[in-house]
Amino acid sequence: MQGIDRRQFLKVAGLGGLVFASGLARGADSYTQAQDEFFFVQLSDTHWGFQGAPNPDAAGTLPKAIAAVNALDPQPDFIVFTGDLTHTTDDPAERRRRLTQFKELISGLRTKQIRLMPGEHDASLDSGEAYREFFGQTHYSFAHKGVHFIALDNVSDPTGRIGDEQLAWLAADLARQPKDARIVVLTHRPLFPLYPQWDWATKDGDKAIELLMPYKNVTVFYGHIHQEHHFKTAHIEHHAARSLIFPLPAAGSVPKRAPVAWDPAQPYRGLGFRQIEAERDEYKLAELPVIKA
Amino acid sequence: MKRRAFLALSVASAAWADEPAPRVIPITARKFEFVPAELALKLGEPVVLEFATEDVHMGFDAPSLGLHADILPGRLARVPFTPSKEGSFEFACDVFCGSGHEEMGGVIIVHA
Repeated sequence: MQGIDRRQFLKVAGLGGLVFASGLARGADSYTQAQDEFFFVQLSDTHWGFQGAPNPDAAGTLPKAIAAVNALDPQPDFIVFTGDLTHTTDDPAERRRRLTQFKELISGLRTKQIRLMPGEHDASLDSGEAYREFFGQTHYSFAHKGVHFIALDNVSDPTGRIGDEQLAWLAADLARQPKDARIVVLTHRPLFPLYPQWDWATKDGDKAIELLMPYKNVTVFYGHIHQEHHFKTAHIEHHAARSLIFPLPAAGSVPKRAPVAWDPAQPYRGLGFRQIEAERDEYKLAELPVIKA
Repeated sequence: MKRRAFLALSVASAAWADEPAPRVIPITARKFEFVPAELALKLGEPVVLEFATEDVHMGFDAPSLGLHADILPGRLARVPFTPSKEGSFEFACDVFCGSGHEEMGGVIIVHA
C-alpha cells in the first residue's frame, strides 16, 4: 500500500470526526522503527436485524456506513468488525438468515481484507456455532506490517468469559512475540471492569490483561458499549468504538441501560466508525460519522 | 472429649440454636426480568436470596455488594447476605439470555 501522507489523513479525519492520538511506548529498540505506516477501520455493533424506535433506519444504517467506508480515499489496509454483527434472536434459522444478509452486505466493501469477531448477540445463545459456520474461528491472530493483531472471543461463553483454554492459547501466542512487539487486541467486551453493573466487563479479563502486561506496546480496540471510550490499565490502552445501530448512555449516568433515543433533528447522532492510523510510535484515531454533517 | 471442650461446644450450639433463621426471599429470573426486581432489606438483617429460573441459564450480579450467583434451570441458587451499608445497589443478569438481556436487572434498597 502507498504511504499515507499525515496531512491527508488529518484532512480525512476532519470531515466531521474527532481525532485521538494514542501514544505507544517509544523504545530504543529497532523493532518498532522498522515498521510501515498504515491505517485500518473499525466498525462495531451493527446489530443487523434490529428493529425499534432507537433507530428508525436500522436497515439503512449499515449500508450507509459501508458507503462511507467505500468513500475513503485511500482505502484502508483492512477493516475490522468488533462484534454484535447481528442482533440476537432465539430462532437459530433467523440467526443464520441475519448472518447471511450481513455477509452479503459487507461483500460490498471495496476493501476485501475484513476481520470479524462475534459479540454476545451473535454467539452467546449457541456458543458461537452459527457464527463459526459463516466466519470460522472466533479467536485468532495475524500479522500486518509489523503489528501483531489478536482477536479474542469473550462472548461465546454466555457468562462473558474468555475461558482457560483460550487464555492458554493467548499465552502461547504471546510467547512467540518479543516484549517490544506492537500488539493490537481486538475484542468485543471491555477486558477491564468498565461497569459490571451493566455487564460491561469480561469476567476473566484480568487474566488476559495480566498476560499482556509484560508487553510494552499493547492497545485494545473493542465495542459492546456503543460509544467512544478511552481507558488505560497501566500502560495498556483500551478504546471502545461507537455503534452502528444506537448509542448507549455513559456508564451509570441513568438508572437503566436503555438506548439513547433517536433524535429526528440529528439522525445518526452518536453512531459512526473509527479510522486508526498506525504510525511508528502511536495510533491516531479518527471518529467518523455515518453521514457527513 | 474433655469436659471443658464439651461445655464450650454445648454453649456454642445453644447460641447458634437461639439465632432466628435468616429470612428467605424467593426471586424468579425469567426472560427478561427478575420478580421481584426491587428488594427492600433492613440494615443488619441476615437474609437468603433464593433464585430460581423459569427458562434458561441466568445470572445474578450485584458487583457493588460483591454478590453473584449462577442461576441454573432445575435448581435453587441461594445467596446469604447481611446488609452492612445503606443505599440502593443495582443488580443485573450477567449471563446473556436473549434480546431483552440488557434490560434485565433490579435494585436492592437497604434501609436502617
